[in-house]
Amino acid sequence: MTAVIKKDAVIIGGGSAGLAAAAALKKHGIEDIVILEREKQLGGILRQCIHEGFGLSRFHEVLSGPEYAQRFIDIVRKFQIAYVTGTTVLDITPQKLVTAVSREGLLTYEAKAVILAMGCRERTRGAISIPGTRPAGIYNAGVAQSYINLHNTMIGKEAVILGSGDIGMIMARRLTLEGVKVKAVFEVQPYPSGLQRNIEQCLNDYDIPLYLSHTITDIKGRARLEGVTVSRVDAHMQPIAGTEKEYECDTLILSVGLIPENELSLSCGVALDPRTKGAVVDAYYQTNVKGIFAAGNVLQVHDLVDFVSLEAERMAGYAAEYIHKGCLPVCDIPLITDGNIGYTVPQRVRSDEAFKLSLRVKQPCHDCEIVLKQAQRVLQSVKLKKAIPAEMIQIDVPAGNMESTDALEVLLQ
Amino acid sequence: MKKSYTCIVCPNGCEIVADFTEKVIVSLTGAGCKRGGEYVRQEITCPMRNITSSVGVLDGKLPLVSVKLSKPIPKEKIFAVMQEVRAIKIQAPVKLGQVILEKVLGLDSDVVATKNVEKI
Repeated sequence: MTAVIKKDAVIIGGGSAGLAAAAALKKHGIEDIVILEREKQLGGILRQCIHEGFGLSRFHEVLSGPEYAQRFIDIVRKFQIAYVTGTTVLDITPQKLVTAVSREGLLTYEAKAVILAMGCRERTRGAISIPGTRPAGIYNAGVAQSYINLHNTMIGKEAVILGSGDIGMIMARRLTLEGVKVKAVFEVQPYPSGLQRNIEQCLNDYDIPLYLSHTITDIKGRARLEGVTVSRVDAHMQPIAGTEKEYECDTLILSVGLIPENELSLSCGVALDPRTKGAVVDAYYQTNVKGIFAAGNVLQVHDLVDFVSLEAERMAGYAAEYIHKGCLPVCDIPLITDGNIGYTVPQRVRSDEAFKLSLRVKQPCHDCEIVLKQAQRVLQSVKLKKAIPAEMIQIDVPAGNMESTDALEVLLQ
Repeated sequence: MKKSYTCIVCPNGCEIVADFTEKVIVSLTGAGCKRGGEYVRQEITCPMRNITSSVGVLDGKLPLVSVKLSKPIPKEKIFAVMQEVRAIKIQAPVKLGQVILEKVLGLDSDVVATKNVEKI
């Protein structure tokens, strides 16, 4: 049995959420912190996101991913916050015992608060059931990004991309710059799933066509990918017979969605929201297990790292309060949505606590209004010129407007 | 002539419609901030882009260091600049912010490291 190390806060993950949480906890007077990171270095996925476009909200300047990560790594080092890399957490218990394996052996921590900051992972070919053979040359966008940007390994010569997520589009540009011919991007939905500016600067700038309402219906090749069959889909996203077109390629990049990585959360009894696939949290970012908090992509997949950091910093303020006082007030008002809203975070709030409401619409819409209602009474409404599923909407909800513990309805009108 | 632009300055991606004759803008609609107008003006006269890539590192703890350009370059120079960037090999250690290549292709833009890479 290894000795149990007592900590005020154990942070699982040293990416953008974990680093921001650590720095903010320290600012709120929490001294005894450790960050546990699975990779050899801190920084998480930002290490391979070498493109620019980060930091405009958090730092008011444009940074690349590694520069953005370094800002937080520098703060963590300056504050002398403890971290261990090359260390994988194996288990978290509801009593907040954290077991991790490192090069030095097994580590066991007993934490007053556990911060879940594990981020997310990519949806794979298996999850979207593309028919065909199983040759080499099929990569998730993030895996391709890691090969090219971290490991100096080129992945192919002629590529097709399935899915118009931001990483897929950014990889379309990156591959083109490195001399790969990117033939097209196909998106099964009738609208793009990434940001408009990425369609412009990653696809249009390089004359890479984007085909909406199209998907891959066959994969060819034995040892190496030789080509894909693409079909148009109908309004129910079913392939239309007779619309098949062949594309020769040796590389297929999948950018078909991200899923919060919550196996550890489940091991300690944290309830997940089937819509976000992240934890159900209250206005304090506390899960149903007292003292276990979540922020960043493990809670809800974000479009922008700035919002990950800002969310983690807000969460850290509440986690610090929990560590100081031993408890936080109960959030007794559930949030409910209509069929037009994909999800909300948080899922429970209280009337005397202001909170930041994050949500996504299910379908693109113009000139719409997000309405917050309780017991038929409109508390707040926000008019939007446009709302698209690719862009998370955040609304500041002030304290004191809710008069009962009836559910708070979040509606799209 | 009326033309629609998607602003790439920030993640909002404003849809800006510009009415212009002979590269002179007559009217602009849809820009959420003044940078949108500047972006469209630049697009009409001389589109500029910043590019990021990576450069091989000798004796480094990592095989590559990520790089960016200190200033945007004309869009049509992107591939020529990439060829220059690809040819570079730099000796570790590399510091974030270090200029790796000054005035690439004689343009007013330097290749700058965006990551720290320690020596083995």
